[in-house]
Parts: sequence; structure tokens; C-alpha cells
Amino acid sequence: MNLTNMYQEVILDHYKSPRGKGLKEPFQGESHHVNPTCGDEITVRVQLTDDKKKIEKISYESTGCSISQASASIMFEQVDGNSLENFDKTSGEFLAMMQSKGIFEPSEDLLGDGISMIGVAQYPARIKCALLSWMAAKDAIIRARGEK
Amino acid sequence: MTLTDSKFKLDIKQIQLDFPILSREVRNNRKLIYLDSAATSQKPQVVIDAQNNFYETINSGVHRGAYYLAELATDAHEHAREVIANFVNLKPNEIVFTKNATESLNLLSYSFLNATLKSKNDPTIDKRLILKPGDEILVTELEHHANLVPWQELCLKTGAVLKWIPITDEGVLDYSKIDSLINSRTKIVAISHMSNVLGSITDLDLISKASKSVGAFLFVDACQSVPHIPVDFHKLGADAIAWSGHKMLGPLGIGLLGATEELLEIMPPFISGGSMIETVTMSKSTFAKAPKKFEAGTPPAAEAVGLGAAVEYLQKIGMENVHNHERHLTKLMLDGLKEIKGVTIYGPVDDRDRGSTVSFALDGLHPHDVGQVLDDMGIAVRVGNHCARPIMDKLKVQSTTRASTYIYNDDSDIHALLEGIDEVFRFFGKK
Repeated sequence: MNLTNMYQEVILDHYKSPRGKGLKEPFQGESHHVNPTCGDEITVRVQLTDDKKKIEKISYESTGCSISQASASIMFEQVDGNSLENFDKTSGEFLAMMQSKGIFEPSEDLLGDGISMIGVAQYPARIKCALLSWMAAKDAIIRARGEK
Repeated sequence: MTLTDSKFKLDIKQIQLDFPILSREVRNNRKLIYLDSAATSQKPQVVIDAQNNFYETINSGVHRGAYYLAELATDAHEHAREVIANFVNLKPNEIVFTKNATESLNLLSYSFLNATLKSKNDPTIDKRLILKPGDEILVTELEHHANLVPWQELCLKTGAVLKWIPITDEGVLDYSKIDSLINSRTKIVAISHMSNVLGSITDLDLISKASKSVGAFLFVDACQSVPHIPVDFHKLGADAIAWSGHKMLGPLGIGLLGATEELLEIMPPFISGGSMIETVTMSKSTFAKAPKKFEAGTPPAAEAVGLGAAVEYLQKIGMENVHNHERHLTKLMLDGLKEIKGVTIYGPVDDRDRGSTVSFALDGLHPHDVGQVLDDMGIAVRVGNHCARPIMDKLKVQSTTRASTYIYNDDSDIHALLEGIDEVFRFFGKK
């Protein structure tokens, strides 16, 4: 196994130039998640459209390792402005990929640059890093829908 | 014993042969360079054999059964207790076996809680164990969560107030306010002997004198010290020490509480059930004398025997020798880290008054990423907050990378780490 499987160029690029970073107003739901072993933290805010079917705006602020930061940036790209149905499919695909131990053919349509994270799935200790932003986003959406 | 006896010069190559795990390969078929002994130490063959031998030849219920094997198992269990007690200059009945050091510290805190609760109906409970609102428990800002959270919990349940000795921005304890922090309200002082993050050694002389002057109990978390430096309980001036077996070459699943006979006598039990009783009727029970009073249930006897073998192994090497060897490695590591541009060391940067645990940061890089690239080279270090989050807040970092040594590490391990750090910088395009 080669370390560059995990640290693919596209991941390092998202890490160095994160997309959509910075908290925005207004928001209906906010969620703060922490990885207690390493202290990585993220806050995600979600504003839904009036019909509650689409993410009008998702924003985040985070600190952490390259994997958690790149994952947040990719998450933003894939879900900002898209439907909740899309979020469920995308986050489901991402979770399945991360739990696959690296044996998985991810859908680029759904995950975009997220397919580059397949290598991370081979390192059990880093899966939490990759999932942190997605879990926080899921939680923020639940709050935005008024279900929590 | 594989050890040459030239003055203070250990034959580390020979010692390494005693540890089977060191001959295995890790990621990318690389040689294992294990620099995480502050988390858990590796085990020499004699420890593995002692534990296996227990199961293969004398496995049976300790302190129960009148048959031959039960006698042998009981003897082996109690012999281990003697060896361990002797190692820290305590008597065998002053050593309590627990599951781990966390349980040992919880034993203390719960015993005080139980004393406080029982005192409402039981006038024989020793007054010194009873906590009331406004009493104070003193810890430090550099404690492992295991020596912080149990005291927070005890305060919440009794109304006692938690105080702490702060650390400076450089990560050393600030003793300047000791006189006011240890006062007539202070009932318990719980403090680590050596920081598991920074490697710094606490000035227990000062703390012990101050604690004694106000009649407070002094409890010492000795997890990081007992495995690495000579520790004599009576020189610490403490009422109790807690430490773990697995950090000192022993098996997982066994920890220790060492305490004065007097304290063990007055403390009520923590966990109750079989083995810890004297007489039992349907309405009430009386308890056995310490240490059995604190050892409810079937004990992990094979682990105790394994730990006894670990202590004997360390005694043959000599704890002064262990300390001197690690001090040499620490100096090598600190000097090397200081020379690498972009590395920040947390805690004491001198090899005096510190253990071999060194926390550091690489500019612009997250410890998780640092650890990952080092792992790719076979180097095992710890990354994270090391179960000591308040230190991270104080140092204004999210986490650190931590390297720690033991007797099986040699100069080449330290050189590998230092070269590895250069490689980490290169990998992320920082050099």
C-alpha cells in the first residue's frame, strides 16, 4: 500500500484551498461535531428552501487534519444548493465507501472529488476524520427540518 | 537475562531480542520502530511465558478451593503481589490489584463518596474521609483524564469544590500559588508524578509538605513514573499511588493501587461482592481486611503473575539503568528536534527533571497527518490529545504528536524518528 493512495493530489488540493469555508447567515440548523481522540472540530450550518426539499445554503467552519478538512470541502461542493434527496444518496454513497475497506467502486456522479477518498477507507483510524463533516451536515439538516 | 554487566551500559541489542514483537514487520514491510510506550509498553518473552505458564500448569481459582492447583495459583498470585510491593517499597498488604490505573483512581474517589454517604448512618466512618460542601479537592491542569474526571464526579456528588494548580504557557506546573491552593479546606490532593503529555516530573516534595501541613490526603498518579524511574513510595510522601501494569512490560488488564496500611484500613470498599467479605447474612455483611476488601470477584491471576515477571525483569536490569538509558535517548531526541526547523517542543526542553515522553508539533501540519506519514515508515507514535484535553487548551493546540521510549529503544530509533520528521515535511511540500 502506498501513502499516496490516501493523500491523493486532489485531497491535498482541497486541504490547501478549502471550498466554501466560513460560516454563513441565515441558517435554520447548526451542528457542532468533535472527534474526541484528535480534537478535530467542525460546525456546519444549513439553510433549507421554503419547501424544505433543498439545501439553499450549507456552510462550515472547521479545524483538523488534511483528511477531515478536505472531506468538508468536498462535502460542501457536492451538497451545497442540491436537494435533500441528493444529500441522502451522496452521504449514503460516501459512508458505504468509507466502510468498504477500500473495495468499492464509488459513483463519481454522486461523490465528485470525493471518490479520491477511497484510499482513506484502507486506514481504519482515519475513517472518522473523513466522516466528521458528513455526520455534522446530516445532523444540521435534521435540526434545520425541525426534527431535533 | 540477556544483559551485559558493563557499568550502566545496557546491551540494548540483547534486550531487544527479549521482545518478540520487535522482530515483526509493519506497514510496507518496514521494521517496527515503537515510540509509543507511554501508551502501552511491549512485553518481553518472560512475561508472555509467565502468563501462559499460569494457564498451562496452575490455572484454578485463587483464594478459593482446598486442592493442590488452587494452592499453587494462590501462591503465584500472592508471590506477584510481594514482588510488586517490594518494587515500590510497600508491604504486600498495601498493594491492591485492580483492572487498570483508572480503576485504582476510581477506587479512591468512590471510597470517599461511599464514606461520605455511609457516614449519615454509620458513626464509625473516619471523619477524614467525609466530604462536605465547600471542601476542596486539588488537581493540576496537566492531569490525564483518569486523574481528573473521577474527582470532578466526586465534587458533583458531594458539593466539594475542584481546584487546580495551573500550568504555564510553557507547559510546566506553576507552583507560585501553592500556599493558597493547598489550604485548610483541602481534603484531597491528586496529582500526576510525571506528565503523560509533556514528560515533566512534579515536585512532589513541595506538594507533599504542603498537603501534610493541612492534613490533606496526597494521591499520586504514577503511571508514567513507576515504569521508567526508581520510585520508593515512602520517599514520595504520598498516601496512595495508582499505576498500571501494561505500561511497565506487564500484561493488559491489571492495575495497581499502593497505599498506606492505615488508609486502606479506614477506606470503605468500592466494588462489593464475593472475595471481599468476612461474613454475609441476608441483611448485612462485614468486609475482609485490605487488600482483599478492595478485590471483589475472581482476580486476573494470570495477569498478576505476568506482571510479577515484568517487575523481576526490570529489577534485573535495574531501574537506575532504565532511567539512565532513557535519559540518554531523551537528550538525543530533544537535541535532534531542536535542530529541525519548524518543530515546536512542548514541555521541558532539557533532559533533566523529565521523562522520555516528548510532545511536539510540526509547523502547518496536523498531528494525524504527521503520524500517518511516520507510520508509513514503520514508526509508531501517538497523535491526539493523549487523554489530557485541558493541556491542549492551555498550549492552544488541538492535539500533539508524542514520542516516548523504553528500554528496548536505541539510538537508531531516535534517528529514524528525526529523519522521519524531515520526510513528513517533504511529503506535504513544506521543505
